[in-house]
Amino acid sequence: MASATTAPPGVPAAGIPPVATHQGYFGFTRAQGIALLIMVAALIACPYFLYPQFLMKLLCFALFACAFNLLIGYVGLLSFGHAAYFGMGSYVAAHAAKVWGLTPELAILLGGVTGAGLGLVFGWIAIRRQGIYFAMITLALAQMIYFVCVQVPFTHGEDGIQAIPRGAFLGLIDLRADMSLYWFIAGLFLLGFLLIHRVINSPFGQVLTAIRENEPRATSLGYRTDDYKLVAFVLSAGIAGIAGGAKAITVGIATLTDVHWAMSGEVVLMTLLGGLGTLFGPVIGAAAVVGMQTYLAPFGAWVTVIQGCIFVLCVLAFRAGIVGELARMLRVKL
Amino acid sequence: MRDYILETEGLTKEFRGFVAVSDVGLRIRRGTIHGLIGPNGAGKTTCFNLLTKFMQPSRGVIRYDGRDITPMKPAEVARLGLVRSFQISAVFPHLTVLENVRVALQRERGGSYDFWRSDAVLRRYDDRAMELLADVGLSVYAQAPAGTLPYGRKRALEIATTLALDPNLMLLDEPTAGMTHEDVDRIVALVRRVAQGRTVLMVEHNLKVVEGLCDTITVLTRGRVLAEGPYAEVSRNPEVVAAYLGSDPSVSGGSQGEVAAHA
Repeated sequence: MASATTAPPGVPAAGIPPVATHQGYFGFTRAQGIALLIMVAALIACPYFLYPQFLMKLLCFALFACAFNLLIGYVGLLSFGHAAYFGMGSYVAAHAAKVWGLTPELAILLGGVTGAGLGLVFGWIAIRRQGIYFAMITLALAQMIYFVCVQVPFTHGEDGIQAIPRGAFLGLIDLRADMSLYWFIAGLFLLGFLLIHRVINSPFGQVLTAIRENEPRATSLGYRTDDYKLVAFVLSAGIAGIAGGAKAITVGIATLTDVHWAMSGEVVLMTLLGGLGTLFGPVIGAAAVVGMQTYLAPFGAWVTVIQGCIFVLCVLAFRAGIVGELARMLRVKL
Repeated sequence: MRDYILETEGLTKEFRGFVAVSDVGLRIRRGTIHGLIGPNGAGKTTCFNLLTKFMQPSRGVIRYDGRDITPMKPAEVARLGLVRSFQISAVFPHLTVLENVRVALQRERGGSYDFWRSDAVLRRYDDRAMELLADVGLSVYAQAPAGTLPYGRKRALEIATTLALDPNLMLLDEPTAGMTHEDVDRIVALVRRVAQGRTVLMVEHNLKVVEGLCDTITVLTRGRVLAEGPYAEVSRNPEVVAAYLGSDPSVSGGSQGEVAAHA
């Protein structure tokens, strides 16, 4: 073996480098900190330039994609049924706001609890399987939820739940004005985003990474890997439910589209396009997809074709996604 | 204190009619280095997987420290202090070398399900992790991603990670496989040093290593125990020589002549 003083590339040969200096502020690296500042600035500035309704929808999907990315990017689990948690969160929040007259934050919270509860049951069933079987089981279970939603009365079948009231935040601040609702949704998104960041950079997240990297080794170190995966699954499903609930309050309707498998596909597309396993990738990916759907709407059915082409291009040329490629070019972690 | 830290009785594993391990009775004496050798396909790795509960035996009993661990899950036996390494170097490639060891040290906290807490709380393990890395000569690599380490260093990292759990019984699956001569010498010295105060069971192909390190060896062929005892004794056993020379001429170059010479 080479002499003990030979350092690997990138590590200074002289002396022992100080321990764990890469952790910047609150677990953000410097590049991530800068990106976060840009994102917050964009959150504040954008509603003055772009249609708030569009931005709110974008933020709901961005949160959904972030929740999905927590699972695929940091645990390596491809769930192909995340529409179930998003859609059920959407329906329950809609029902709670419209029929039970709950305030929006409680309705959305209930959507999150619904997503998490469903995630606990489905995750418990699916996690015993690996790879493609895991994806197939999550898809099958989500399809079950879809058919339940077609049948049960409270979802109103093809019509969906319409005219969902926005209500008043904490019963105090009226959210009927677009800008008021925008700040509420932006705050919710930011909270969710920071929560996911914390999960990734927690002692729990450290074990999750170890499981993603080498599951048998993590087991041999005494970690019950299935339990960790299940907790991650529940967190992801819960945040997806919150995103669904927020979407219902924002758009004012909850329909079968939200639980359809195409929605599960869309969140995969957003995450891959933005950059799997990057903190900001899903946000950029959601912005790209929702942006396309909104601004290419005049092309009608061609949107799907264009989306398909972009997806193929992404898989062929930019494997790491937009943010992933950017991070590689700049040699930073984003 | 019992004499034997690990005992098996009638340990058997069948895969759809193929018997990989058959009626194996192992007894690992506390505080010794025990070698498990045998030609390719003899069932050594299957044995390892059974002992560490990565596979469930078809029949038989495994006792660790007098306790029946046969029905346990792999994570549970790891918590009891029976920790294994893997044949293919098992590191977490995208974690830094330091983090690799720290993930093991983190086990001391019990379950790390606290997703709301910052991982800054793990920094209290940094000093201990650096000590362990210094012990295996990896200090300068601490901040490098483990995946970038050369092969021999990965094996050293794996041993440091295993040691972080302070195991009573370490199971090393071919710790010197695929290594250069200098690397082998390093690992041999390392294993001898870390075996102080614990028990080691190792699968090893390199008979030189086995001869130098192991107090007792068990020879497996076709899933059965062929011989057991000190190296000098076992290597004189004509059946062992036949098993090695007859069925597996590729066994670690240089060493087979030695077995033959003893015969």
